[in-house]
Amino acid sequence: MNNQELIENIVTCVARGKVSLESPFPKDLIGQIGTNELTKIALENNISPDLILKACNDGMKIIGERFGKGEAFVPELLMSAKAMNAVMIHLKPFFKSGTVKSKGKFIIGTVLGDLHDIGKNLVSMVVEGNGWEVIDLGVDCKTEKFISKIKENPGCFVGLSALLTTTMANMNKTVQEIKKQFPEIKILVGGAPLTMEAAIQMGADGYSPNPQGAVEYLNSWV
Amino acid sequence: MKSLLNEIKKGKVLVSDGAWGTFLMKRGLKAGECPEYWNISHKEDVFAIAKSYVDAGSDIILTNSFGGSPYKLKHFDLSENAFEINKQAALISREAAGENIYVLGSIGPTGAMLIMNEITESELYDGFFLQAKALMSGGVDAICIETMTDINEAKIAVKAAKDATNLEVACTFTFDKVANNEFKTIMGVSPKEVIDAILEVNADVIGTNCGIGFELMIDIVKELRKYNSTIPILVHANAGLPIFNNNIIEYPDTPEIMGNFVPKLVEAGANIIGGCCGTTPDHIKAIVRVIKN
Repeated sequence: MNNQELIENIVTCVARGKVSLESPFPKDLIGQIGTNELTKIALENNISPDLILKACNDGMKIIGERFGKGEAFVPELLMSAKAMNAVMIHLKPFFKSGTVKSKGKFIIGTVLGDLHDIGKNLVSMVVEGNGWEVIDLGVDCKTEKFISKIKENPGCFVGLSALLTTTMANMNKTVQEIKKQFPEIKILVGGAPLTMEAAIQMGADGYSPNPQGAVEYLNSWV
Repeated sequence: MKSLLNEIKKGKVLVSDGAWGTFLMKRGLKAGECPEYWNISHKEDVFAIAKSYVDAGSDIILTNSFGGSPYKLKHFDLSENAFEINKQAALISREAAGENIYVLGSIGPTGAMLIMNEITESELYDGFFLQAKALMSGGVDAICIETMTDINEAKIAVKAAKDATNLEVACTFTFDKVANNEFKTIMGVSPKEVIDAILEVNADVIGTNCGIGFELMIDIVKELRKYNSTIPILVHANAGLPIFNNNIIEYPDTPEIMGNFVPKLVEAGANIIGGCCGTTPDHIKAIVRVIKN
């Protein structure tokens, strides 16, 4: 495999969710190596970590767009995120040493009363795979939890997630409280019951119906 | 023993109940509080909700136990109390329903993903088994496994409910409209796959709930009917997609709008009709009026 092919294969394996030689998914790639092995070889071949990260981003973009169009579903996106994670494990030392720089910090959590973390997890994985540092606060987060993390991480971006219609009201309160204390912080909201209109009414800066849209919003500020 | 299947075989269309979550909040449930714990701490409020659906004319009411799996209750440090909470849910609805109205014990998904190894198959099975057992001990007539999106979790839930009880079991899924106008759950499961899987584990009633309003439910029922002409179909529809306006969450589908869709839903093959998010006793009354005529 030459370097060009290695990069192309990383893109494909991220987009298809192929993690490693042993992984049984997807079926038509059983017995082939995945992102884990490909990244190792790529680094041994002195391909720059930046190029590998870009391949990873390109792969996630493909699956993210398919998901956004309703052609791929949660299991496929999760497997791609797993494949992406396998790349990131190899790239971690380069982030630590500063060879590869993260695009910024993104704080994410589900709002008070909402225990559903599927959407939040998908967004956080896709955003991380795009080169952002993700700080995941988990589920059922009080406004104060967001506020204290924002204080620790000046210049961060914030993502709020809600699956339930009944927790949209709490999302509204959290957006307004954050904006009152930190008018300059950009807040992105998402989740099944939300719409762009609802996001605007709450005073959020962005809305995305899917993880790829969240990445595009964040990248528009880089 | 009462049998939903027998009622449906007689050609009856049964009316189920409406939303519980929004109703609990109206009665003072706060954000971050465990709704199912109200079965113990606010018994009268839960009873009032159940009773309001009985009074609206429902043939079937559910129980306040949607998030009552030990896994979900863990978040509130209440998994040890799972049996008591579910049993109490059943007792309250049973008391409101009396002998003639059916009580279906509600079981929702855990929210944990098998494919991400967040939970094992045996943990899922044990949790659903306990929940179904507790609901039966509180006197429910049947079990309703609701809002499923993952076919494996749904199959495990049906198996556990069947093993734990001798009751009829319904299993409903939440579909979205995706590419090429197809219907799929967020996990990518189609109506046909749902039918195949659910028949394999011998569920007695299949269905669809939540989703994006009454109108699309008609298409989903048609799709399910295409693959099976006999299995009873239950529909619990939202009152449309919520609109957020001046800090208030409103549902666009009024009782009249919902009532108007009922004949089409029956024609498509639905056997049990009720509401999900945003529906009220008034919505149920509107459905009852149409069915009784």
